[in-house]
Amino acid sequence: MKWTRRDVIKSLGGLPILGTVWWAGASAGLITGKKRSEILEQLNIQASLPPVLPPIEGNPIRVGIIGFGIRGEQLCRSLGFATKEWLQEMEEAVKADPNRTDLKDFMNQEKLNVKLVAVCDIFDKRAQKVIDSFSTQENPVTRYKTHQELIRSGSVDAVIIATPDHWHAPMAIDALENNVSVYLEKPMTHTVEETYRLKEAAGRSKGKFMVGHQHRQTLSFITAKDIIKKGTLGHVSIIQTNTNRNDDNGAWNYDIEKEASEQTIDWEQFLGSAPKIPFNKDHFFRWRKWWAYGSGLSGDLLTHDYDRLNCVMEMGIPDSVMASGGIYTHNDGRNVPDVLQVNMEYPNFSTGSSQEKGKEKGMNFTYSATLGNAFDRPTIIMGHDATMELGNQLTIWPDNSSTKYAALLEAGKANPSTPIYQYNPGANVPDAISSATSQYFADKGLMWTYYDGARMDPTFLHLREWLSSIRNNTRLSCGIKEGFEEAISAHMAGLSYKLGRRIDWDHSTQKIKTLEGINFDEVLLGSIVY
Amino acid sequence: MFGTIKNWGLKESITLLRILIGWHFLYEGIIKMYNPEWTSFGYLATAQGPFSSIFTALANEPYIGAADILNKFALVFVGITFLLGIFEKAGALVAIGLLLLYYLAHPPFPGLDQIKVEGAYWFVNKNLIELVACMVIYQFPTAKYFGLQYLFDRKKETTKSEAL
Repeated sequence: MKWTRRDVIKSLGGLPILGTVWWAGASAGLITGKKRSEILEQLNIQASLPPVLPPIEGNPIRVGIIGFGIRGEQLCRSLGFATKEWLQEMEEAVKADPNRTDLKDFMNQEKLNVKLVAVCDIFDKRAQKVIDSFSTQENPVTRYKTHQELIRSGSVDAVIIATPDHWHAPMAIDALENNVSVYLEKPMTHTVEETYRLKEAAGRSKGKFMVGHQHRQTLSFITAKDIIKKGTLGHVSIIQTNTNRNDDNGAWNYDIEKEASEQTIDWEQFLGSAPKIPFNKDHFFRWRKWWAYGSGLSGDLLTHDYDRLNCVMEMGIPDSVMASGGIYTHNDGRNVPDVLQVNMEYPNFSTGSSQEKGKEKGMNFTYSATLGNAFDRPTIIMGHDATMELGNQLTIWPDNSSTKYAALLEAGKANPSTPIYQYNPGANVPDAISSATSQYFADKGLMWTYYDGARMDPTFLHLREWLSSIRNNTRLSCGIKEGFEEAISAHMAGLSYKLGRRIDWDHSTQKIKTLEGINFDEVLLGSIVY
Repeated sequence: MFGTIKNWGLKESITLLRILIGWHFLYEGIIKMYNPEWTSFGYLATAQGPFSSIFTALANEPYIGAADILNKFALVFVGITFLLGIFEKAGALVAIGLLLLYYLAHPPFPGLDQIKVEGAYWFVNKNLIELVACMVIYQFPTAKYFGLQYLFDRKKETTKSEAL
């Protein structure tokens, strides 16, 4: 057999092509992997799980619900109690859209060792709904006409308070003074004065006190905390966080129920400390729109963002706050603003620095809210070395002028338009050098909050943490310290908006600096914007 | 290897097609093989269209590991068979199967989100076209003109003629 050059080329010509493509693919794959591991090694971020809670053993904890409105019903569901109406509604929803998982998620939720034994709601329909859905012969649910009777009944170990804001502190203080544990919705208080009284009551009480900022349970925030602690972003000079809503529900124009009347609602009790006005359904169902019962954007929604960041950064109460805004979209008789800008100053706060001494202090927290546009402005934490977008996922981009990542940037191993780190609790691994595709997946909100591989409701986790603390004396992630910081910061923002002045905090006396001739609580409760 | 332009015919064109598709598959497979962090999770988890539930199920444990490994090896297998010109029919069948899965996971049907595509597609996309190209390769084997198959065929011929 004789071989010609032609024979060799025709039979083995594919080999050099195969070798070349293999080499090119292998080096590209290895370089990507190496770049990743080099950056991840330098970042050394621990995507850690929260500590495991001890089980809630012994007799079931006896819980009473005060306020069974929209939020109260959601809280009960997270506790394991869904109304018959909701179950029916969800069954129909699944029929219409088989992809809905609400019902399945509820059914799969871990059962907590609790008994719902009491309800207090001043609207007959809502109280009756609780009785009809949850009261059984073995586990009867009793309705109490007032929170005082419920708290003193001796039948409850703990209460969940989901009432209008002006009732938060009076009820929580009363419960704590009677050593009943409290889970209180945000904002923690409605006035400055009661914030201090509640702090004292929580300190003295044998009951456990938790503020309902359930996002403290979000897995990504626990990782974000580690990111900040390790100085990944360098000196953070500004945080931008936002509320973007553009619908009736978002603007607090909730449904007015047809059963509502002076006969079915205890109007006097609803008003409490608020100015005495005749029965008004709009005020009852849409109380968030008036300072007399609610706290406007600063108390209602800023508190979410403030506490999210306080959870991650632990920056505490700002040295000063300036705010401005107005009612520009919903001219429907409300007196709380629907557009608000808040600037909080932290001149001495530091997240560490990669630069020479003297460049590590000072931060501004900016909150921008509108109820007239729902464009999804993300929360951004901006440091000298990197920027982090904070949400259910985390994304970090290096800064072009970073000191810390200068070598990586110079070597072309990182660039400002490509994330150096991406964290997704739903994905298997943290993703450094992410592709446009994984960015897309993250944006799509595909990834849920996972705990041990299971999809979880943060409100359930928050309630479980509180119940476990009642039984096992474990630490609370949003107790009175965190609640105090949230309430004072929100009140400073509300005061600044109304007074059109800068509000200062005195760290040594732990008090808001007085302004001559001004009673802060009168300003907060009143409808006048100066 | 392909002779002069004058001699260029269908045989040469299909051989070139086979080489290029082999090149594409091999590179896709190798780059994934050498990057230990690569996973098809995102691609499967965002699947759309009538078969999306099957693909999203594959994105979860315990299937995702096997899906990743099979995908990588199938890509490399197609690449090797096409480039070396050996078992090209088996390679073409595997390629058709893979491309069909890619097509069905993210079908370019109207009303569905087109994820990370660089063009505009309506029922027909590049996966589908490459799939049909692989059908041509299956039906018109070229390894006997260019590839290891040429070597074996030549050997056989020589043996035959020597026997005579």
